[in-house]
Formats: sequence, structure tokens, C-alpha cells
Amino acid sequence: MLDISPAEWTAILLSLRVAVIATLVATPFGIALAWLLARKDFWGKSFLDAVVHLPLVLPPVVTGYLLLLTFGRRGLVGAFLADHLGIVFAFRWTGAALACGVMSFPLLVRPMRLSIEAIDRRLEQAAETLGAAPLKVFFTVTLPLALPGVLAGMVLGFAKAIGEFGATITFVSNIPGETQTISSAIYSLIQTPDGDAAAGRLVIVSVILALGALIAAEWFARRATQRLHGN
Amino acid sequence: MLRVDVEKQLGEFSLSASFESEGRVTGLFGASGAGKSSLINMIAGLLRPDRGTIVIDGETVDDTAAGIHVPTWRRRIGYVFQDARLFPHLNVAQNLDYGRRMNRLAADPAQRTRVVELLDIGALLDRRPGKLSGGERQRVALGRALLSKPRLLLLDEPLGALDEARKVEILPYLVRLRDEANVPMVYVSHDVAELRQLATQIVMLRQGRVTSFGGVKVLT
Repeated sequence: MLDISPAEWTAILLSLRVAVIATLVATPFGIALAWLLARKDFWGKSFLDAVVHLPLVLPPVVTGYLLLLTFGRRGLVGAFLADHLGIVFAFRWTGAALACGVMSFPLLVRPMRLSIEAIDRRLEQAAETLGAAPLKVFFTVTLPLALPGVLAGMVLGFAKAIGEFGATITFVSNIPGETQTISSAIYSLIQTPDGDAAAGRLVIVSVILALGALIAAEWFARRATQRLHGN
Repeated sequence: MLRVDVEKQLGEFSLSASFESEGRVTGLFGASGAGKSSLINMIAGLLRPDRGTIVIDGETVDDTAAGIHVPTWRRRIGYVFQDARLFPHLNVAQNLDYGRRMNRLAADPAQRTRVVELLDIGALLDRRPGKLSGGERQRVALGRALLSKPRLLLLDEPLGALDEARKVEILPYLVRLRDEANVPMVYVSHDVAELRQLATQIVMLRQGRVTSFGGVKVLT
């Protein structure tokens, strides 16, 4: 039905790889942060909360530029990572994953935080009286009960990551086969004469991916409610 | 068996209680707001006394002067809450085995069978807590606490959330537990009839103070 060319496949597969890696790497950090924001009161909490949400409200080009300044080859962190660990983000697909991870982080954290807040803490107390140490309580009670929210956050984060454009193209540019995701491929195609058909195909692919992710997120949210009611 | 001598300030309310019990079932009796739940939560380690000591089975679990506070999960107690608090994501069998797994105890099928039979919950093992009645939930909660092999079983108004008919249904199980399970209990209640049937010793609380202590006679 859709006659997708090898170049388009390259962009689609790259987008998927970037979004999957971004989501998987961001998830443990997201869970830790969600738990921190849901459960702990500490100095600077509202500031941390604001910083996490910043990519949601900043112009993506600003976020991308800040990433370039920080993680670029001459950036403070980027130079250190390149010299000492051999990790390079600038103009690589890993940089695209970093940009997508940062941009999708607020969306990933939010459902996780909400589901941790919804957990009845008296269940955790009960686990403690049964001999479970705090870390065991987290892995046997808190995390399983929050799992639907965790998955919903991952799906939403993935959907955002796969569509990310502004920060990615600013940070790692638009190199076919290395950093050209679906979004940047569409951007290039609609600037080329005769690019309309190819752009159209990629547009359809992104709509399908986004819709699928939203439906999955909705399904996980419903599971969350059922789980908390013990069915 | 259990020695408590604690003080705790909770907002306007001050709790100052001291008693020592060797009884099989120590009944903590008092009106609501007398400090029963705060006291039992201190024994469980969920609440930390401002001053004082708590000794369970010869082990000092709280001693504010010496800076000792053994966390709840290391106290080897069982706790049956008024609202059961079964884990909704686990079925009944998994709920029952939770304490054993957390304490890394070897499986003890004989004890498990005995407890399951004592509480008549064999038919419920595959069910989720959401599908149980209030009385069934409370029986499973009792079993779950017992199977973690506690040295002291705390019960905070375990019948409080049940209607009369359900209370009558559960009470015989508690009596059997007292006579067969061989675990000392602390039983919180504001119901004289309940304590008459179960308790061997009574600690009477009023506005945060112990007003009398002794046999079941003090309830009259």
C-alpha cells in the first residue's frame, strides 16, 4: 500500500532506534525522579520540578542549542565525555537520542509520578510489618502497583521522542543515515521539488505511530485503575 | 514478653504509658482517641516514641536514651490492621507467602497447611483481594501475619470494620488462634465483649494514660 523507499526506511528505523534508546535510558531516571517528587519533601523541590518541565515550555531550538553548548565537542560535558570516555553526542544518532530523551522527559515522568502518588501508603507499611526492607518494599509493592503508570509514561515519552524535531535538528543537524529522523526527513522533503509524495508517506507513518502510542497509553492508564481496585 | 514504657506528644495529645505483660493476649482497651493505635504503632515501630523503651521478647527494640530504634521490618512482628491491607496486585496465596519470602524463611508447607485450615481460607487461594468479602479479607490478613512467623502478633481492632454477623464469624478463629498458634498477641479494641472472650490481660487506656492493668476483671 505504502511504497516506502530505502531512504525513507532508513529515516523510520533511525527514528525508532533513537526513540527506543531514549525511552529505555530515560525510564530508570524517570522512575527515580517521579518517586522523589511524589514522596519526598526537600529544599529546592519546586525548582527541580520546574527544571524537569522546562523542555515542555522552552522553544525546542533553545533546548537544542543548550544541549549543543553543553554536550557539543567543545561543551563542558561533551569535551569531558569525548576525551575520557570516548562518548560523542554531537552530530551522532546518540545525540539525537539525548535530545529526544530530554525533550520527552517531562511527559515520561508525569504519569509515573501520578501513579506513585495514587498508591495507598498503608500497603507499604503493611509490607514493612511483614519484614520487607525499604528497597524490597519498593520493588515488591510500590513498583508493581505503579507499573501501569510507568508503562504509560514510557509510551508517552516514546511518542514524543519519535516526533521530536526542533531540539534534535539544532543539536545534531540533519544527516541522512546518522541523525535524519522521520521529522527531519519530512522537513527536507517538503523543501525539495517532487518531495511531496515521499513526505506524505512519512506523514502517514508518523500519524500511525503517534496514534498507536496514544491508544497504548490510554490502555495502560485503564489497567492502572483496575489494578488499584484489586481486580 | 512485652515491656512498654513510652511517652509521645502528638499535637495536643500526650501519650504516656507504661506496662509489662506476660499474657498470651494483652488487650489494649479504651475509647477512641485514648491512644490505643498510637501505642500499638509504637510497638510495631511505625511510630517513634519521644522518650522511653520498648522490649519485645527480651530484645530492646526502642530505647531513646541509648538511641536504639529497630526499624519495623526487623522487629519480627505480625500486624493485622483494621482494614486488612492485602496487596491488591497479588492473589491470596501470594499474599500469604509474602512475609516468608521477605524474611527469607524456608518454605514450611506443614505450617502453611495448618494456618490455611485454621482460618478456612483454602478455597480462596487463587483469588484476588478485590474479590473477597470483608470477613474473608480479615482472615487472609491474619494468615499472612502468622505465616511471617512473628514473635508477637499485633491486632488493631481487626473486627472494627465488620458488621455484627461478620464479627461473630471471625471471633471463633481468633480464639482458636490464641489457643493453637502459640504466638503472643496484643489486641486493640474498644469492645468489652470481644476482649472478655479473647484477652488474658488488660491494659486500660484513658486520654493517653494507663488507668488500670490486670486480669479481664478490670473490664467491669
